[in-house]
This record gives sequence, structure tokens and C-alpha cells, in this order.
Amino acid sequence: MECPESASCGKCCTRVMGLFVRLGDLVLLDDINLHIHCGELTALVGPNGAGKTTLLRAILGEQAYTGKIVFRAKGGEPTRPRVGYVPQHLALDADAPITVQDFFAASVGSQPVWLGVSGKMRTVAKDALDKVAAGHLLRRRLSELSGGELQRVLLAAAISPMPELLLLDEPAAGVDTTGLTLFYELVCNLRRQYDLSIIIVTHDLAGVAPHVDRMVLLNKTIIVDGKPAEVLGDERLHKLLGIPLAVGAELPSDSEAHRRGES
Amino acid sequence: MEWWHGLVEAVLPFDWAQYDFMKNALLAVILITPVFGLLGTMVIQSRLTFFSDVLGHSALTGIAIGVVLGMGDPLWAMLIFAVVMAVGINLIMRATQSAPDVVIGVFFAITVALGVVLLSRGGQFNKFTTYLIGDILAVSPEQILLLVIMLGVVIAYWMVAGNALVLISISPVLASSRGLLVMLVRTSFAVLLALAVTLSIRWVGILLINSLLVLPAVSGRLLARSVRSYCGWSVLIAFVSGITGLIVSYYWGTSSGATIVLFAAVFYGLVVLIRQIAK
Repeated sequence: MECPESASCGKCCTRVMGLFVRLGDLVLLDDINLHIHCGELTALVGPNGAGKTTLLRAILGEQAYTGKIVFRAKGGEPTRPRVGYVPQHLALDADAPITVQDFFAASVGSQPVWLGVSGKMRTVAKDALDKVAAGHLLRRRLSELSGGELQRVLLAAAISPMPELLLLDEPAAGVDTTGLTLFYELVCNLRRQYDLSIIIVTHDLAGVAPHVDRMVLLNKTIIVDGKPAEVLGDERLHKLLGIPLAVGAELPSDSEAHRRGES
Repeated sequence: MEWWHGLVEAVLPFDWAQYDFMKNALLAVILITPVFGLLGTMVIQSRLTFFSDVLGHSALTGIAIGVVLGMGDPLWAMLIFAVVMAVGINLIMRATQSAPDVVIGVFFAITVALGVVLLSRGGQFNKFTTYLIGDILAVSPEQILLLVIMLGVVIAYWMVAGNALVLISISPVLASSRGLLVMLVRTSFAVLLALAVTLSIRWVGILLINSLLVLPAVSGRLLARSVRSYCGWSVLIAFVSGITGLIVSYYWGTSSGATIVLFAAVFYGLVVLIRQIAK
């Protein structure tokens, strides 16, 4: 499904300027410059160890960096963006006694969940979960959820309150195709309805391509940045990831693909 | 304390309830067990069982430092040393990026070895064996006041930081993206744990203090579905094991701390059995 056009103001933006991350002599991120407008859904792709998660962590303020990350709301003064974050997975034991409503209330509310979740908070949680087709999961334990269900619950919490920048870390990991399509459609609708920018880190190039406005190929530094079709058709992507061309791109000649496979 | 002694005599017309030391011990158990039931839930949830075990054993060095400094009651030396340990382990874990068990294991070795070396000078270790198994019957009214304060502090902390502890235990990065001060919460929880464990060492004993922290919460975890029922079951099991263990230890003439832990272990066994039958 193609994502509908965004109805955002187009005036808010997140800028990453001259960002470097070094670990001793090792350069993890090398001069990253990104300009992300609101209403834009950007896929961040690249091989393992390319620094995708490091970039997310830098934006989250979890990783020391040099350079600048600024958010500007509707032409106002630059601030740190209000970030919503959906982690790749949680450190959950199979017996963890934490229900979906516990998690939601602990994330969003100020009342201690060990005293129980109030009826009011339950309504707030139910409303937020309904938006991501997860209302029926309210009383389930987090550890009982499927990969797709957990992603949607995490998304519901990440958008309560609505952030200015939403970061999704590998939502495809451990999620089946049906769950993934539903997730991408929900994310698409979000950026259509609200003023926010979304960055999605993923290995699922083919799956994510129809839903995103822009694709950024990262390998320490930004290699290609453009429309999904352009990036997917780019020679450098195929060299880096060692995969055949994906959806929406022109196919290289058989001989070329063959050569790559052998090298 | 008069009102308490009067109350116990009026309500509990039993043999053991005539003695002041049992009345004091009963009050101490009523105050300590909810503290341990609550703290235990997050010790398990945050995978800190080995860490809390080290805090208990660090008391050996704490006592030794107190003795070397010539303190009559080494409680303050124990408290300060345990807090230093708790903060130190946290800082070193962050700085070295080693696996937590490794750092904690090293601290475990150092603190036990140092404590035993200092305390065993001149063959004097026997004097301190009471700390190993504890003696809840020796609790004094002033010490009960400390336990009241401890219970108050733990409940207040749970009100303020309970949600943060839950979130941090499942994803520190997510917690920090929501504006929580992860390092502050982790360190303050470690300090609180150090204080609670150290304060109770004398009554429960170094050997078993960690079991009192872990067993009720582990049982509670098997019974609970939500955070609330987890805390509820854990506190209830700690409380019932505490009271039962104390009274039974009077009739058996055994160490109260160990008897309490034994009852907590019996609860755990029952819970596991019930779960198996329910399947």
C-alpha cells in the first residue's frame, strides 16, 4: 500500500549536522548530515555495524557525539526534539509479571503501578492501544505477546504523548509479514495525521520501501540519500548489502548479479 | 513500646507472647518483611540477586572496619561501607563494560576475604558469628525506630520511583527516552538496597539475608500476572513466612532468621507445586 500524502505543516524539522561518533581510534559515525522534515518517513538502512543503532542512540542522547542535533518547531528557536522510541526488543523474562496496561501506565502516567492501574488510566491506555489495533491486549502480559503485538504496544506508548521525532529500531525483527504490513500502515497513518518525523531503522528493504518517503543508506557515513526507488536501484546498496535488487528498483543484468555473487 | 507490649498481651494469649524480646521481635518482623517483600520484587525483576548477595556479605568488612575504628556498635560503619560498595559496583560496571557477574564476583571475593582477615586477627572470629546467623530476639526499641524509618523510606521510594524501576528493568534506553534519569534511579535503588540489607543483617544474618529478599519475590512472581499482584504476593509471603518462622523458632529453639527463610522456601515449594498441578 502506498502511504497517502502527509498533511503536516512542513515547517518543523530535525537537523543532524556534522555528527561524529568515535570510540578511541575507531570512527563509528563519520560526518553525518541529515535534514528531516516533519511528515517525512525515512528508512535508515545499511549493513550490520554500519552505525544505524549508534545514530539512533546519539539522537536519543544515549551516545556521546560531536556535532549538532537540533530540532526547530515551526521556525522557532532550536531545541532538543521530543523523541518517541520503539526499541527492538525488551529485556523480558518469560515470567515477568508486567501487563500491557502496567507497562503503559508506568510509561505514561505518574501514579505508581504497584498500587494498581486506575480506571481513568485504563481508559487512556485503551484509547491509545485501540489506535494501533492493540486494545484487546490491555490485560495480557508483555511476555505473552507476539513480536508484532509487542511492537504495536511499544508504538502506542511511544506516541503518548505524540513526539516530534519518532524512532523505530528494527521493527521487522521477529515479526511476521502480516504483522509487519499492519505496523507499516499504522506508522504511515501517523505521519499523515500528525506533525512528526519518523525514522525507521530496518533490514526489511523490500517491505518498508512502499511505505517510506525517503531512504538513507548508512555505512559509517551517508552513502546514498534519496527516494526509495533511487536508493534501491543504486549500485552501492547492492555492493554493501550483497543482496539482489528489491522491489521498485530496476534489475541489474543477470551477469552483473552473477559476478557479485561470486566475488 | 508499652502500648505494643500491652496490645500483644491482650490480643495474643500465647506462651511466647509473654516475653518482651518476642514482642519486640514480632514488631521487627512486621516492619522488616514488607520492606524485603517490596525490594525483592525489583531485585528479581532487575536481575540483581547476586548484587544483593554481595551487599549482605559486605557487612563482614563493614563490621571489621567498625571494630578496627573501635566502634562499640559497628552499624554505621556497616551502613557506610555497604553504600560505598553499592555505588562503587555501579560505577565500575559502567566504566569497565564487564559483565555484571564478573564485577560483582570480584567485589564478593574482596569484601568477604578482607572482612574475615580483619575479624579473625588473633583467633577472634568467634565473637562475630552472631552476625552470620543473626539474632532477631536481640532487637531493641531504638533499633525498631530505625526499621520504622526504613519502611517509610522504602514505601516513599516506591511511590516516586516504582514506575521508573519497572521501565528501566525492561529497557533502559526506552526509559531514558521518556526522560527518566536511569543512572540516578539505578544508583539510588542500589543504595536503598544496601541500607535495608545492612540494617537487617543483625536480625537475619549474613548467610541468609539474601534468601529473605529473593524467596518471597520469586514465589510472588510465579503467582502474579501484574505488577500490583507481584508486589502484593511478595509482601504477603514475606510477612506470613516472617511471623510463622519467628513463632516456630521459639518452640523449636532454633535461629529465627533461618527458620523464617525455611518457611519462605516452603512457600516457594508450595507455589511451584500448585503451578504444576494447575497446568
